[in-house]
Amino acid sequence: MDAIILQTLNGLDKGSAYALIALGLTLIFGTLGVVNFAHGALFMIGAFCAVTMQRFLNLSYTLLDPTKKDFLGNPLKVQTPYVEHWFGHDTGAAIINWSVPLSILLAIPVMLILGFVMERGLIKHFYKRPHADQILVTFGLAIVLQEIVKQVFGANPIPTPAPVEFSGSLDIGALIGFPANAIVYPYWRLIYFLFSLGVIGAVFSFLRFTTFGMVVRAGMADRETVGLLGINIDRRFTLMFGIAAAVAGMAGAMYVPINSPNYHMGMDFLVISFVVVVVGGMGSLPGAVAAGFLLGVLEAYASLNEVKSIIPGIDQIIIYVIAIIVLLTRPRGLMGRRGVMED
Amino acid sequence: MSRFDLTRRGLLRTGMIAGAGLAMPTVFTSSAYAYTNEPKGKSVTLGFNVPQSGPYADEGADELKAFKLAVKHLNGEGDGGMMGTFSSKVLKGNGVLGKKVEFVTGDTQTKSDAARASAKSMIEKDGAVMISGGSSSGVAVAVQSLCQEAGIIFMAGLTHSNDTTGKDKKANGFRHFFDAYMSAAALAPVLSKQYGKDRKFYMLTADYTWGWTQAASMKEFMEGEGWQMVKDVKTPLASTDFSSYLAPVLSSGADVLILNHYGGNMVNSLTQAVQFGMRDKQVNGKQFEIVVPLISELMAKGAGKNIQGILGSSNWNWKLQDEGTKAFVKSYGTEYGVPPSQAAQTCYVQTLLYADAAERAGSFDPCAVGKELEGFKFDGLGNGPTLYRAADHQCFKDVLVVQGNDKPQNDYDLLNVAEITPVDKVMYEPDNKFFAGGELGKCNNGA
Repeated sequence: MDAIILQTLNGLDKGSAYALIALGLTLIFGTLGVVNFAHGALFMIGAFCAVTMQRFLNLSYTLLDPTKKDFLGNPLKVQTPYVEHWFGHDTGAAIINWSVPLSILLAIPVMLILGFVMERGLIKHFYKRPHADQILVTFGLAIVLQEIVKQVFGANPIPTPAPVEFSGSLDIGALIGFPANAIVYPYWRLIYFLFSLGVIGAVFSFLRFTTFGMVVRAGMADRETVGLLGINIDRRFTLMFGIAAAVAGMAGAMYVPINSPNYHMGMDFLVISFVVVVVGGMGSLPGAVAAGFLLGVLEAYASLNEVKSIIPGIDQIIIYVIAIIVLLTRPRGLMGRRGVMED
Repeated sequence: MSRFDLTRRGLLRTGMIAGAGLAMPTVFTSSAYAYTNEPKGKSVTLGFNVPQSGPYADEGADELKAFKLAVKHLNGEGDGGMMGTFSSKVLKGNGVLGKKVEFVTGDTQTKSDAARASAKSMIEKDGAVMISGGSSSGVAVAVQSLCQEAGIIFMAGLTHSNDTTGKDKKANGFRHFFDAYMSAAALAPVLSKQYGKDRKFYMLTADYTWGWTQAASMKEFMEGEGWQMVKDVKTPLASTDFSSYLAPVLSSGADVLILNHYGGNMVNSLTQAVQFGMRDKQVNGKQFEIVVPLISELMAKGAGKNIQGILGSSNWNWKLQDEGTKAFVKSYGTEYGVPPSQAAQTCYVQTLLYADAAERAGSFDPCAVGKELEGFKFDGLGNGPTLYRAADHQCFKDVLVVQGNDKPQNDYDLLNVAEITPVDKVMYEPDNKFFAGGELGKCNNGA
């Protein structure tokens, strides 16, 4: 039983990342009609915003401490971050400790700008081209972004820890009547789950309860009519692209304590996120979110030893098996609408 | 109407001319060279094939630094490092056989096919006369067999699978690094002394040749100590999130977790295991323990304070106090500002051993070099007295049992040497069941 609860939590946690990326993909597809294969790269860039923040806060000056020796017997070089120098040792250390949550402040503007530039500079020119062309150009862009990050940050994963206060784990089992230490779950993974719910809620409220959101939704349903009413829908769609990029970026920035980021991490998520979008139904925002969590949880259950002993290797392929079943029985996906990606 | 009338006779004639043209260069080369890539000029080229991306990229970067340092020392630059402490004295710092040593590098990407492609390019395009490196046994086994076919010596870098000098051994391949069997043989008595005889262990194993042989060896030796295996679960090498593999451990009834993971894999799995509270857990009335059979300094650095108190084994550690180690640490530390890792040491030593064997053989012919390496006994390279056994081209030397340091004095003081297991405790016969099945075969010089 405790294994099932743990895997459910694992699934929701993985599902959070899938859902956030799939949400952004669907926003872009629903508004602009573009299949954005660079979305995984945007997630990765968000993660590297956190790395950049950590590096920036850790910029240090070097002093020689003659009382201590390094491994070669020379005076020890002591690195003191400028932040500690300016704000005092305690405040400085606290700021560095909180570099990952703080990196959200960097990730949002960076991703918005990157989103605008991408849309205006490149993707705009591909609206009237076939989907295959869009996929090729965005995939190429993803490779370019990846290689740039690899050049700057290197190929190795970069450890980017969560604040010390959240580095431990919560004894969930004890809260719901299990013996102590039976169900223990890391704080940061719980925070990531709650964070993703918050972001998803914010995006939905934005589309639902603001005039801007109403216009965007109207544009998604019938772009031409909205244009005829004298509304500049293109500008709003560009902003939506920026928002989708920011969602992916925030998802990436908050993800780094769970897994040290490397330049390739976006690709690992991209493929699964596309399956999520297809299973949820192309163009359906609730579908993308629901399918994200659903596939995350099913993937986690497939990792249970009891399941693997019946069907070995199922944890590696479960997502694709589900995709095949859904496409055979409901070709439009779980919540897909008629007429999307159909002639 | 077609302008190209293709007739049977015409096709045959064109085919013969094309065939003769293609065969031409080989006709010339095979008569001009006594063996593959025989160096004719004033220099000799070595090929260093290391992972510059993928889960083992950290180790690869360190290997490359060590190779560059070795080349410097062979050419008489720098302080000479372990050339001064090496028991064989034929290397004089004037290159090898009077030729200046040059090198080319390739990126294995921690993938067998990419590694073979980069090794092939270094052999065919750059004329490398020896290939070294590799930070994954899957890669090492693949490149070793390529070198065997091409008539090139392969001086394995960091590869720990039993298969490299077991069922996949090759006459042209030589390994200085220790293997999974030796790790398990050295660790088992220490583990049962520290954690008791009545233990149940669960293993997560990287799903490729190294993981398999590491898991099999640990199972054999731990069961020999009276421990019971609960389960051995394979994880894909490309995995980064191990949470779904770790969750079942907690409810399995096991009280020890053995992580047969290396490099970035191990950094992630250990960090996540600690996040799941495994080190604070009591199971079966005992403290839950985590064991990492193969630990390196770079992994310890990546894992941070999670490595503290964890037991494992190493081929070498920079804190050893012998003259060879001291000379190497000084030389490497001065050059790069950090102490060398075990991956760096084995690659440096392999380059020196190759150069020394070529010098003694008076030739770069892989068969002549191989003959000098077979049965070669040496000392002064950081591991104490060492034998390159002729029967399987494996080095035999003492094995270190290491433990994560609870109170590091500086950024690099991460592992303590808990015990040095003497070589006779980890020695095995070449036909041991973990190594049986392969043949060295005949040495190939490509002629």
